[in-house]
Amino acid sequence: MSRKFAVHILAILALLSLLASAQSNRQLRFCLHSDPKTFNPLLAEEDSSETIRYLTGGVLMRLNRLTQELEPELATAWKVSDGGKTITFKLRSGFSFSDGTPFTADDVAYTIQQMMDPNLHSPTGDAFRSGDGKVQTRVFDAERLSVTFPAPIAGLDKLFDQVAIMSAKSPKKEMAVLGPYAVAEYKAGNYVLLEKNTNYWRHDSAGRQLPYIHSVRLDIQSNRDNEMLKLVHGEIDFINSLDAEYYDKLMQQNPALVHDSGVSLDSEQMWFNQVPTAPLPDYKKAWFHSTAFRRAVSEAINREDLARVAFRGHAHPAYGPFSPANKFWFNARLQLHPFDQKSAMTRLTQDGFHKQDGVLKDRDGHAVEFSIITNAGNKYRERMAAMIQQDLSGIGIKLNVVTLDFPSLIERITRNFDYEACLLGLINNDLDPNSSQMNVWMSSGENHQWNPNQKTPATSWEAEIDQLMHEQATNLDPRKRKAAFDRVQEIAWEQEPFIYLVNRNALAAVSPNAKNVHPVVLRPQVYWNIDEISIGNEVARNR
Amino acid sequence: MKCARIFGMGFLLAVTLACLLAPFVAPSYAHQFRDEPDAAPSRQHLLGTDDLGRDRFARVLYGTRVSLLLAPAAALLSSLLAVLIGGTAGFLGGWVERVVMAATDLFLSLPWLFLLITVRALLPLNVSPITSVAITFALLGCLGWAAAARVVCADARTLASSDFILLARASGSSGFRLLWKQVVPNLRPIVFAQFWISIPVFILTEANLGVLGLGVAEPLPSWGSLLRELQSYSAITGQPWQFVPLILFVAVVSCFHLALLEQESPA
Repeated sequence: MSRKFAVHILAILALLSLLASAQSNRQLRFCLHSDPKTFNPLLAEEDSSETIRYLTGGVLMRLNRLTQELEPELATAWKVSDGGKTITFKLRSGFSFSDGTPFTADDVAYTIQQMMDPNLHSPTGDAFRSGDGKVQTRVFDAERLSVTFPAPIAGLDKLFDQVAIMSAKSPKKEMAVLGPYAVAEYKAGNYVLLEKNTNYWRHDSAGRQLPYIHSVRLDIQSNRDNEMLKLVHGEIDFINSLDAEYYDKLMQQNPALVHDSGVSLDSEQMWFNQVPTAPLPDYKKAWFHSTAFRRAVSEAINREDLARVAFRGHAHPAYGPFSPANKFWFNARLQLHPFDQKSAMTRLTQDGFHKQDGVLKDRDGHAVEFSIITNAGNKYRERMAAMIQQDLSGIGIKLNVVTLDFPSLIERITRNFDYEACLLGLINNDLDPNSSQMNVWMSSGENHQWNPNQKTPATSWEAEIDQLMHEQATNLDPRKRKAAFDRVQEIAWEQEPFIYLVNRNALAAVSPNAKNVHPVVLRPQVYWNIDEISIGNEVARNR
Repeated sequence: MKCARIFGMGFLLAVTLACLLAPFVAPSYAHQFRDEPDAAPSRQHLLGTDDLGRDRFARVLYGTRVSLLLAPAAALLSSLLAVLIGGTAGFLGGWVERVVMAATDLFLSLPWLFLLITVRALLPLNVSPITSVAITFALLGCLGWAAAARVVCADARTLASSDFILLARASGSSGFRLLWKQVVPNLRPIVFAQFWISIPVFILTEANLGVLGLGVAEPLPSWGSLLRELQSYSAITGQPWQFVPLILFVAVVSCFHLALLEQESPA
């Protein structure tokens, strides 16, 4: 009797374990680092909301993160016309939103109108705001429509990668989606559960509806140490973006987990304050305005060491605004800035500086000393600043490193301009300079950090950049656009208003249990092909 | 107990000597040996190197110098303020005590973090690392008296109503003389306790203030900045020598305690 009982218990336990295993095989888990601020795809602007948008939103076209080519999704064909003002779409038909509401061209028109509504303040819509006037949408039938913008937008079609189509008629509003998953449950501070969208339009080559994985659980976990421990213990399946230290740590424990996809688009750079009204002594303003001074500082910094030591070898010396990861727009003619302190001294000497008792002095005898501010708590920037401090001491410059809390730093670089030099990074999600670089390189731009919001360009080279940026933004010929932006990169290289230091590598960690994962440098690095990812032998078992 | 005291004093003497002799027994605390970041202990680098290749032994010695001088100085300042404010309030009692303690409670409830952020914002950017750390500890000293003042006040109140104070009053002692000659000496144990509690608290606070950009600036080390390196799980696993600053910190504070507690309790 007791043996029979024990056998039954064992059988039940085995069954439960099998069920649990089958259940876990159907779910992909990873971490968000904060609660999503919105589920409205048009309002997403921070990492967590953008992750939800990527996993749940259906888009007309999707940028293939591997090939960096635009591929059809909800739109099977599109054509840009009218000098870049109008785009006409041919849509897929015969499928519906996650709640069963049919998908038509009216939904696309509704989404565009919502996105461009000035009262909504959609961050996604900002990239489409080309000029004054209303956006016209014209629906020809259920599968065809055109959208006309008030002014030409270069690279217009690529911008639609970020536009998740919303339903015009569904009572569930933004919770009715066209992407591979739909939000099923959200517990603030705990997790977001996404369930497979059973109405998703995509099928694999064998005719099986995608995605393969039935649900995605996004644990909200702000602590990176805990995230790594969760991965090591098999509680999550991947970490999308990994720090160099964590990468090396995991590499020691289990090399199969980690992926270094190579140089990413993200850059780290420093710049000098060239704002004419900045509360700085005139002699310091003169240093910072001098191209020779900026180039000498640039040449005195050992970028190879920054990449090797500060980033543990998981970064590359930077060329300019774009890294080689941007296959089309990177100017391959640019050379790396050399580390050459002799050349730096020559430049400085020609510019009236001289060394006295190991201290660099300008022509009026002022010792060259300045401070560099960076955000406190960012260990990579703190390390870089300390290394730059030692490098610059080699040419007699005394550098004071000041770490500030982020709001104080932003106050200084955007409002009171009470700083001398700043070290920060730029997270770059866009390949096209029209969406990511206009605000940086136009002299009137807010992110033209060394001297923002200029009414007229302060220097001739800034005027030339303004003209080139305008040219690339209004010309529809990709070759002409590329030529114009290549020249912008050359001027940036020559003048160095931003001293580009390094480009980080895209690092990720993926459980070997997750199949068909190909980490890339573009965000989202790991799950960009989420609908094709499977867990274990899930695909084979379900076929 | 005598052995413990001798051991404590000997250890403190050794640490102090090592700090003073740092320029002779260790390489520069700032030089980056960039080919050897995160190196294990070796003959050249007795405690290995940090993430930038700086000699960890040198940084521990120089960091100990900074913290050993400034944290006790800040603790002394806050303890003196606590005695002055809490002792006087407790001794005088009545409405003075009520008003002072209400002000102390208000002081405790204020969000000092914002004051510290404001101070950082007001400081000029081109201050030397040692000035920056001195300002930080001075601020900590000025802000850290309130909790200690409450404890001191309670003790002073008890003392004020004790028999020996009554006797002192009866024999004509009063006012400041009574406070200074009779009350303050009897507050010594509690003030010493507050002083020793404050030192590690200030050192750790300095480490946390680094996140706001206050405290020690590169390349100067302090115990706070060295302890901050232990915050990351990935940084410390597999490198036990990184715990040396923590062990030294605990050992120094304990030895101070041993050395002075003996003095406090007559044998």
